[in-house]
Amino acid sequence: MRGVRAWLDERLAFSDVIDALRHKTVPHHRYSVWYYFGGMTLFLFGIQVGTGALLLLYYRPSAAEAYESVQFIVTRVPFGWLVRSIHAWSANLMVACAVAHLFSVLFLHAYRRPRELTWFSGVLLLLLTLAFGFTGYLLPWNEVSFFATRVGTDIAAAVPLMGRGIVRFMRGGDEVTGATLTRLFGFHVAVLPAIASGLVALHLLLVQRHGMSVPPSIERQAVHDPAAVRAMPFIPHFLLRDLFAWTIVLAVLAALSTFYPWELGTKADPFAPAPAGIRPEWYFLWAFESLKHVPPTIAGINGELIAVAVMGAGALAALLLPLLAGHTARARLAVVWVGAVALLFMALMTGLALSAAAP
Amino acid sequence: MAGSAESLAPNSARAVAFGSRPAIVIRTAAGDLRAFSATCTHLDCTVQYRPDLQRLWCACHNGQYDLNGRNVAGPPPRPLEAFDVNVKDDQIALSRRSG
Repeated sequence: MRGVRAWLDERLAFSDVIDALRHKTVPHHRYSVWYYFGGMTLFLFGIQVGTGALLLLYYRPSAAEAYESVQFIVTRVPFGWLVRSIHAWSANLMVACAVAHLFSVLFLHAYRRPRELTWFSGVLLLLLTLAFGFTGYLLPWNEVSFFATRVGTDIAAAVPLMGRGIVRFMRGGDEVTGATLTRLFGFHVAVLPAIASGLVALHLLLVQRHGMSVPPSIERQAVHDPAAVRAMPFIPHFLLRDLFAWTIVLAVLAALSTFYPWELGTKADPFAPAPAGIRPEWYFLWAFESLKHVPPTIAGINGELIAVAVMGAGALAALLLPLLAGHTARARLAVVWVGAVALLFMALMTGLALSAAAP
Repeated sequence: MAGSAESLAPNSARAVAFGSRPAIVIRTAAGDLRAFSATCTHLDCTVQYRPDLQRLWCACHNGQYDLNGRNVAGPPPRPLEAFDVNVKDDQIALSRRSG
């Protein structure tokens, strides 16, 4: 065994890495609990890769066979229903953990120098997570996913000049058809995972390179009270806590997947009307509800165009936050306020969408 | 072809295909036959007929159109495209309006 280890170490030089990890410490303070959400998101990403690979063994990406193949998975394949349910619930928990991670990083100002690249890669990973959700949603080819994809792709039509081109690219034609399904499947299982894997590696490398950020308020407190921040050894203390958080996630995921198996719904019919009560996944509800309240025209300009421009500007501002936010305490307070208002707006719109009844 | 005219009761509608796109044929409470593109002009959902409102309704974002296809409530920016309806031997045929 020792010989194998020495043979591998000579070629991989991993003892340097293990040595560095043995000496690595993580700051421990009253907001440390938020550090674990990144690891939880990563754990759920791993579950997505595993369950996604299992689903691929039986799934068929065509309009004629997609729904039936998922039906086969959940009714005939041993534990197929559980694998699919875990994949669907894990996707939702992953979005929730990624959103919690992003807002905690924002509110604790962990995007500051020298962690700008960590923030950029993190925001891109959140957008990729949403793209995973959007592209995966259509794959069962059911009624709800069909209309969600029609609405979701048509939003791009509001973009001036190239809007229709973007819609055609995403749909593989003018309509949502089997060509759209095949295309989104390709993005879901090949293009997005390839990009996400690279970005996750970069994100993790940057987190290891710069270490965990200590919030400015704790840094100030530590000047007078050194006990406000303590150093916790990464191995085994932080690692065990990370594993404990993953265990909790796994328990929640197992309970949700077993007691609330993900439904398949009815097969998509491209000529049937959108059913009453239709709505997208919870993480797109705020945008769905906002679009209901945007008037057809605002000051003579297409309302949809304005809505798309505002959402696009919001996403861009979030991405570029470390470059836009100042370094003063006042600038940090402004970031907290903008983040809180954005979060409140999304929560309010989501609540309205959940409580909305048909006229 | 969009099915039998006789079997379409007053104040009801039928979803049909118009080429590769969905369309809707309505028999109004007064007995007239009307047909429109069923694609909502807001974000591409497929509308349905609501007998209780006597309007076309889009479930996605709560858009509403009157029986002339005019957008009358909610976010739709334009009216629905209206089709000509012809009945021959009880069979409904839809065609694009010329001009």
